[in-house]
Amino acid sequence: MKQKMNQYSDWLLERFPLSDLWNEHMAHYYAPKNFNIWYFFGSLALFVLVNQFVTGILLTMNYKPDAKLAFDSVEYIMRDVNWGWLVRYMHSTGASAFFIVVYLHMFRGLVYGSFKQPRELIWIFGMLIFVCLMAEAFMGYLLPWGQMSYWGAQVIISLFSAIPVIGDELSLWIRGDYVVSDATLNRFFAFHVIAVPLVLLILVFLHIVALHEVGSNNPDGVEIKKNLNWKGNPIDGIPFHPYYTVKDIVGVGVFMFFFATVIFYMPEMGGFFLEHANFIPADPLKTPEHIAPVWYFTPFYAILRAVPDKFAGVIAMGGAIVVLFMLPWLDRSPVKSIRYRGGLFKKAVLLFVIAFLGLGYLGTQPATPGATMVARVFTAVYFGFFLLMPLYTRWEKTKPVPEHLTPQPTLEDRIPAIKALIEEVVEVRQVPDNLGGTIPKKGPNWPGIQAVLIRFAKNLKKSLD
Amino acid sequence: MKKTLYTLLFLLPFNVLASGGGMKLDSADIDLSDIQSLERGAKHYVTYCLGCHSAKHIRYKRIALDLKLDEAEILKNVAPLGAGIYDQMHSAMNAHDAEKWFGTTPPDLSLIARSRGADWLYSYLRSFYNDPSKPLGVNNAVFKDVGMPNVFWQLQGTQAAEIHKVEGQDVVTGLRLEQPGQLSPKEFDKLVNDLVNFLVYVGEPVQLERQQMGKYVLFFILMFIVLAYLLKKEYWKDVH
Repeated sequence: MKQKMNQYSDWLLERFPLSDLWNEHMAHYYAPKNFNIWYFFGSLALFVLVNQFVTGILLTMNYKPDAKLAFDSVEYIMRDVNWGWLVRYMHSTGASAFFIVVYLHMFRGLVYGSFKQPRELIWIFGMLIFVCLMAEAFMGYLLPWGQMSYWGAQVIISLFSAIPVIGDELSLWIRGDYVVSDATLNRFFAFHVIAVPLVLLILVFLHIVALHEVGSNNPDGVEIKKNLNWKGNPIDGIPFHPYYTVKDIVGVGVFMFFFATVIFYMPEMGGFFLEHANFIPADPLKTPEHIAPVWYFTPFYAILRAVPDKFAGVIAMGGAIVVLFMLPWLDRSPVKSIRYRGGLFKKAVLLFVIAFLGLGYLGTQPATPGATMVARVFTAVYFGFFLLMPLYTRWEKTKPVPEHLTPQPTLEDRIPAIKALIEEVVEVRQVPDNLGGTIPKKGPNWPGIQAVLIRFAKNLKKSLD
Repeated sequence: MKKTLYTLLFLLPFNVLASGGGMKLDSADIDLSDIQSLERGAKHYVTYCLGCHSAKHIRYKRIALDLKLDEAEILKNVAPLGAGIYDQMHSAMNAHDAEKWFGTTPPDLSLIARSRGADWLYSYLRSFYNDPSKPLGVNNAVFKDVGMPNVFWQLQGTQAAEIHKVEGQDVVTGLRLEQPGQLSPKEFDKLVNDLVNFLVYVGEPVQLERQQMGKYVLFFILMFIVLAYLLKKEYWKDVH
C-alpha cells in the first residue's frame, strides 16, 4: 500500500515541482522570529479573501442581477434559501472585515517601514490590491439594489462627469445609461463576480511572490538575511511552516471569534456594515436626504467633500490614493521601524491617524459648514503627512538600529504585568452581608485608574520623543 | 504642534449635530421570544395594515413555523380569507387603485423595521394628529405631511398638536388626546407595540434563531482558540 502511494507521489513529483514549491514558500521560507500582533493581518486578509470567494459563489447561485429582481432575490436568500442568511451575512460582514484587516495591514507596513527598499514593489502590489478591493467593494455594494446602493453608485459615477471635456461621455460609458439602471447593475455584477476577483487573485499572487523573494520585514526593521548561520539560513529567522502556520491559526481563531460575534449578534453593526436605507428598494425618483458611502470609503469621501470645487475634489480624492503609491520614495529616513525613528515621524504618524479616523467619521456625517472646515484641516494633515515626509524624515534624529532582532515578549510573559494592572484598577471592599458577616466585593478603584491613565499618557508622551 | 492638536480636539464636537428634527422617539418594547405578542401583532397587521401594505417577503407558513401555530389555526385566525399557507402576505389593493387614491403605492413593509427602526415605527404610529389643512385630515408629528390616514383613529381617538414657533417655523412639541377612542391609551400602546414587535420579526425572521445559535458558535470557536494556542505553544517551545 505504502509502496503504491510512493509510486503515485513519485509520478506526480517527476512532473510537477510540488515539494519545491512547498519548501520555497512554506517549509524553507525563513521569517523573522519576532513578529508581533501586527503581523497577523496579512494571513487574515488571505483568510477573508477565501471567505469572500466561497460565500460569493454561494450567493451567485440565488442572486438575480436584474433591476426588477435583485432586491427581492437578496431577501429570498435571507429567508427562503437554507442558511442563505448566514452566507449573506458572512459576505457582507466579510467585506467590512476585509477593509479593517487591510487597513491594519497597511498601517503595519507604514510604521515598521515595510515599504522601504528593498520592498517597494511589495508595497506597490499591495496598493494595487487595495485599489482593486475598493473597486470590488464599490461594485458589490450596488448589487443588493437598495436605496443606498443605488444613490451611492449614482454619486460616485457622476464624479467622473466632473472631468473636463470627456467627463459626461465617460460616465455615460461607465453606466451604460443616462442614470444608474439595469444595464449598470448587470455590468457591475460581471465585474464584481469575474473580472475584479481575477485581477485581485493575480495581484495577491504577485504580492506574495515579491514578498518571498526579498523576505519579510519585522518590527525592528532589521534585515535578517544579513546574519546567516553555517547552513546559510538567517540566524534570526524561523521556517514559516510550521512556526507561523500554527501561530496564524491562533490569529484566525481570534478573528473568527469577533467575526462570528458580528454575524450572529450585530450583522448591521449599527448601520455601518449594512446601512439602514439599503433595506428600502432602489427608487430612481426618490433621493435619500443623506447619502453616505459605507464606512471604509468615508475618509476619501470626506476629502472629496472638503474641496469646494467638484473636479478639484475628485483630484484630491484620487490624489489621496496616488500619494500612498509614492510612499517608498517619499520616506528618506535611513531606518525602517518606528522603534528607531525620531520623534518627528512618530508625532506625524499620530496626527495622520487622528486625521484619517476623523475624516472617516466626518464622511458619515452630513456636510455642515463646521464639519467641512474640520474636514479641510484633516485633509491638509493627511496630505501634509505624505508630502512633507521627504523633509521631516531627513531632519529627524534616528536611534541606532541593533544588529540582531530584539526578543518579542510572548503572551505569557505579559501575564504578571496584566495581573498587576488589573489589581491596580480593581478595589476589593468588605461589604456586610445578610448574615452579619462581611463578603469581599469588587469595584473600580478610581485613584488606581487615574494613576494608570496618567502613566499611560506619560509613556505615550515619552515614546513620542 | 500641541496647539494644533488642542484646536482639533476643540473643533471636533461641533460636527456632532442633531440630525433630523421632529419629536423625540418613544422606545418600543421589543421581545421576539414573546410569541403571543407576535401572534397578536400578526393579527393586527392583517386587520389594520394588509389592506394597503403588503409584506411580500414573509409567508404564512413561515409565521406558523416560527410562532409554533397550527397551519389551520393561522389560516383561520390570522390570514385573510382565501389565503393559502404558502402564500406571501400580499395586499388586496392593486397599484393602479393605490396611485389613484393616495397618489403613490403604499410601500411594502417587510423590511420597514430594518430601515426605520422599531422606536421610529412605535412613535410614528402613535403620533397622528388632526390637521384640517391636509387632504386626509391628519398629519404626523414624526413623519411630517405623510400621505397615510390614521388607521387607528377609532381605537386611539383623536389627538391635537401643541405647536410652538421655533426659529420662525411651526414645530410640533407635543400631542394631547382630544377625544378618547375605544381603547385606553395603555391598551392602545400595547396594540401598537405588538404590531411593531411583529414588524421587527418580519424584518428578519431568523434573528432569534441566529442569536441562539451564536452562543454555540462562539463557544466552539473559543475551544478552537484554546487548542490552536496550545499547539502554537508546543511548536514554539524551541524558538529562543
